[in-house]
Amino acid sequence: MAEKRVGRNTVIFAECPSFVATATTVGKKEGEGPLAKYFDQVIQDPLYGESTWEKAESKILLESVQKVLQKSNYTFDQIHFMFSGDLLNQITASNFAAREIPVPFYGLFGACSTFTEGLALGGMAVDGGFAQRVLVGASSHYQTAERQYRYPTELGVQKPPTAQRTVTAAGVVILERGGSGPFLTAATIGRVIDMGINDPMDMGSAMAPAAVHTIVQHFQDTGRNPDYYDVIVTGDLASVGKNLAEDLLKKEGYDVTDRYTDCGVLIYKPDVDTQAGGSGCGCSAAVFCSYFFPLLREGKYRRILLVSTGALMSPTTYQQGETIPAIAHAVAVEMDYPKGEG
Amino acid sequence: MDYLLAFLVGGTICAIGQLLMDLTPLTPAHVLVLFVCSGAILSGLGVYEPIVAIGGAGATIPLPGFGHTLTSGVIQEIEAKGFWGIFSGVLENASVGVVAAVVVGLFITLIFNPKG
Amino acid sequence: MGKLTREQEVYKRWANARKPKPPLVRNTIAAFLVGGLICTIGQIILNFFLSLGMNLKEAGGPTAAVMIFLGALLTGLGVYDRIGKFAGAGSVVPITGFANSIVAPALEFKREGYVMGVGARMFNIAGPVLVYGMATAWLVGLFYWLVHK
Repeated sequence: MAEKRVGRNTVIFAECPSFVATATTVGKKEGEGPLAKYFDQVIQDPLYGESTWEKAESKILLESVQKVLQKSNYTFDQIHFMFSGDLLNQITASNFAAREIPVPFYGLFGACSTFTEGLALGGMAVDGGFAQRVLVGASSHYQTAERQYRYPTELGVQKPPTAQRTVTAAGVVILERGGSGPFLTAATIGRVIDMGINDPMDMGSAMAPAAVHTIVQHFQDTGRNPDYYDVIVTGDLASVGKNLAEDLLKKEGYDVTDRYTDCGVLIYKPDVDTQAGGSGCGCSAAVFCSYFFPLLREGKYRRILLVSTGALMSPTTYQQGETIPAIAHAVAVEMDYPKGEG
Repeated sequence: MDYLLAFLVGGTICAIGQLLMDLTPLTPAHVLVLFVCSGAILSGLGVYEPIVAIGGAGATIPLPGFGHTLTSGVIQEIEAKGFWGIFSGVLENASVGVVAAVVVGLFITLIFNPKG
Repeated sequence: MGKLTREQEVYKRWANARKPKPPLVRNTIAAFLVGGLICTIGQIILNFFLSLGMNLKEAGGPTAAVMIFLGALLTGLGVYDRIGKFAGAGSVVPITGFANSIVAPALEFKREGYVMGVGARMFNIAGPVLVYGMATAWLVGLFYWLVHK
């Protein structure tokens, strides 16, 4: 009997895990964006004192973990699991950061959906009684992703208006049993959706249907409608994907226009480098941790649906002409502890 | 006058490249390959030489000019050596450019680091 | 890749119709101006070599070499990618762009070592240009030989 499930794809937490603290580290470009004042730390140099960009990405994740422990006054011994992932081959940014972290570790790959994938799994571990406290994190880095997925950074090419810039950022949270909220109350796990888009410079169009599928599934499973939430936030659809998602949701009978935004749209002021907006695992992680988490704490928002979105392609698959499969996972974060469903 | 012609001819070739990149799914790498091959073929058809006569550097500096350099070397060597000129001619005129690209590229790489 | 289903086709067409298009006029003008300017600089260098007493054919190689040096240097200084963002094909199509396409991956893979990093990656983008350029010139030569000899 899976009594904590509702509908097809949703889990409802019984002992709702509470968000204890968050920490973020971001790059220079993100630190010059509209959310600049919310981040814990902004690094000016993409190398961040290391010899490679890959080491720098591991370092911003590691420092964010150290920062969140410091903020919450916990030690590594008190954390039972860590869930983290990134975009690099074999998720080395997370694996190498975890080398310095004496906590049982789950490495996740959900492309840019990793943050909510981690929150859902971490939440289940806590609610299931398998952990008192877990760390959930995600990172991405413009230069490491660019060289792996696209062109060398020094190559003089123009980006089309649908292109997105991988966010240099790490965002980390601690979830625990008990605590004063905000609470993780539900998670809807997405399935892989491929609507035939094959342009790696247009990930917003590839991911929008996955986000919409998960959001609609969430409403159907829980019986909620968009009014239930103060804000619905997708991870990194950016301006192109956000517009598509809004219209697709309308076609499904859900008008979210007045309460819908996207982390990829929020993080940058638009220019030739960012085009449609931000992307990357760090995008939704850093925007949620630095911007939405405090707003929940201060009571400005009481209910948020966070839907991180991932494009599941590799340079090999798109060179072979494959289409881009996508995924989205939704988590409901609420300030009030739910008193039973209904 | 030759400066103006170089500007106009070179600018036009680049503008064609831009239209290809923006209106077709071709990536910059595809456009470069297409241009070098078109230059080599146009040169073989005897069309490129007159463009060079008008545009000067405006026709030789863009990549179709590199294709023209390759083909003109081949034809020149065939005239001088016959069949084996097809092989020896390919890099006859282009060798300065190719070797410069390798050597200069290597030294620049040794000196600088990527800015990101 | 399998064939797209009807549903995928419909979505793809709908999404493609709605996606923002590149600013074609602005991009083409920028490419024309910057490409033209780079070629004008090439003409200045060409004229310099001609003034040394070289003939047009002799001056071609040295001009290309100087332009390649300039493109490579500006890439090393981290300037060429910024020109490229503005000019698009205007800085990709001239031979300076060829130099940029050699130095950019070489620099970026320096941290993977000089043999498998720099050496192997240098012709990531420029390699196809040489391969297909040389093969095409060879074929053109073969036809020329068959027709004329």
